Amino acid sequence: MDIPRHWRLNKQRYALTGEVCPHCDAKIFPPRDVCPECGGEAKTEFEFSGKGEVYSFTDIYNAPEGFEETIPYTVALVKLDEGPVVTAQLTDIGDRGVEIGMPVEMITRKLRSDGDERGLLVYGYKFRPQVSV
Amino acid sequence: MDNEQTKDKVMKPSLPVGIVGYGAYVPQYRLPATEISRIWRGGLSIEPILEKSVPGIDEDVITMSIEAARNTLMRAEVDPQDIRAVWVGSESHPYAVKPTSTIVAEALGITPYTQAADMEFACKAGSEAMVTAMAMVGSGMGRYALAIGMDTAQGKPGDVLEYTTAAGGGAFLIGPAEESLAVIDGVTSYVTDTPDFWRREHQKYPEHGGRFTGQPAYFKHILNAVNTLLDELGTTPAEYDFVIFHQPNTKFPQRVAKELGFTPSQLETGLLSPRIGNTYAGSSLIGLTAVLDQAEPGDRILMASFGSGAGSDALSFQVTEEILSRKGKAFSTEDYISRRTEIDYAQYARMRGKITLK
Repeated sequence: MDIPRHWRLNKQRYALTGEVCPHCDAKIFPPRDVCPECGGEAKTEFEFSGKGEVYSFTDIYNAPEGFEETIPYTVALVKLDEGPVVTAQLTDIGDRGVEIGMPVEMITRKLRSDGDERGLLVYGYKFRPQVSV
Repeated sequence: MDNEQTKDKVMKPSLPVGIVGYGAYVPQYRLPATEISRIWRGGLSIEPILEKSVPGIDEDVITMSIEAARNTLMRAEVDPQDIRAVWVGSESHPYAVKPTSTIVAEALGITPYTQAADMEFACKAGSEAMVTAMAMVGSGMGRYALAIGMDTAQGKPGDVLEYTTAAGGGAFLIGPAEESLAVIDGVTSYVTDTPDFWRREHQKYPEHGGRFTGQPAYFKHILNAVNTLLDELGTTPAEYDFVIFHQPNTKFPQRVAKELGFTPSQLETGLLSPRIGNTYAGSSLIGLTAVLDQAEPGDRILMASFGSGAGSDALSFQVTEEILSRKGKAFSTEDYISRRTEIDYAQYARMRGKITLK
């Protein structure tokens, strides 16, 4: 059980909350308090729009522990509109298939159960194909 | 209908309040009713609806509530830090002990200075949250309160309930009338101890009283709640542009609408059960979101929930000019309903955890 580890990541996992650099305006995810672009201190919270596109992806058939129940699933590098690239599961793909460059949007979903059915439920960001309206 | 003549059963807040923002969520998967007939009835058709929505393997009341509430806040455009309550009504809270509402509040940036609680009253838990939110805002204890009705409904495999038990719901931000897109006129609640449907602790599926769920339960409670509300507000069915009822199937809301004197056209917009099923605590609330998507300033809306056990909340609204600028700011209910991926019974069994892995 990793209760403190999950709890510490709640904000970034639930709402894609990162940071913005007050010196060079770079958007930072995951938050690390130091700007990877200019090296300045960056502690200002920034909520990402959640919109981005698939940079690359792979399908997982042999899942690591805790993710077996959802196989097969797709993990992607998602390039957010604001710049950073994040690794996340894709979901709600349906019959569409996945393509590089496909527009996706962030949603909060159940990632896994920490341990067995008695464990903590871990929630966090995934991405789905953008819902067209 | 009760014969008591006093007009003090309608509940009104001290300060005028209404709906500042609303949002819906329906998962994309659909199980056609014919699939259930194929598996359990040798194909014999008894389908009470066309198809029902099914939550994906990574969805539950928490994730669905977060998405509906995000849509609500996009329409409301208020600072989440000004919200003083998050109340989630459901029959399918993922935890037996640990609130759904704290996770929803955290994800939306509403924590930490807020009330948070999970409500339960079978399918009435969502409207219960709405009325409680109106009371809180209407008493001046907080400027905004978020009320959610959301479910991933349970039904025993092979039971008639399995045809309709679906997933989805709605979220409403209640706030001051001057900021509202629909202002509340008043509420009546009609509650008795009527054992039409229940689920005991640690049981996966609910039990129900078959035909007993109709006349003494659904119809009696809704008829009394609505008739009393209309009587005490001095309104008539003809004055309403839209009416929404709890929708466990297609027939019950149609029949109760007719008995109360509403026309099929008043009912049509908010009657979603034929296409998504019975979303339990979300059922009447998501009907209201679909109506608000179509509403115009000046429209009157009547909504009546029903929860087994049993009770009904009847709410009367008047739509304001604010609806025009707000409704297009988030996905509409129809956007979610038309986002449709059909599945078969085997996929459904897997997604709903009906296949034992260990």
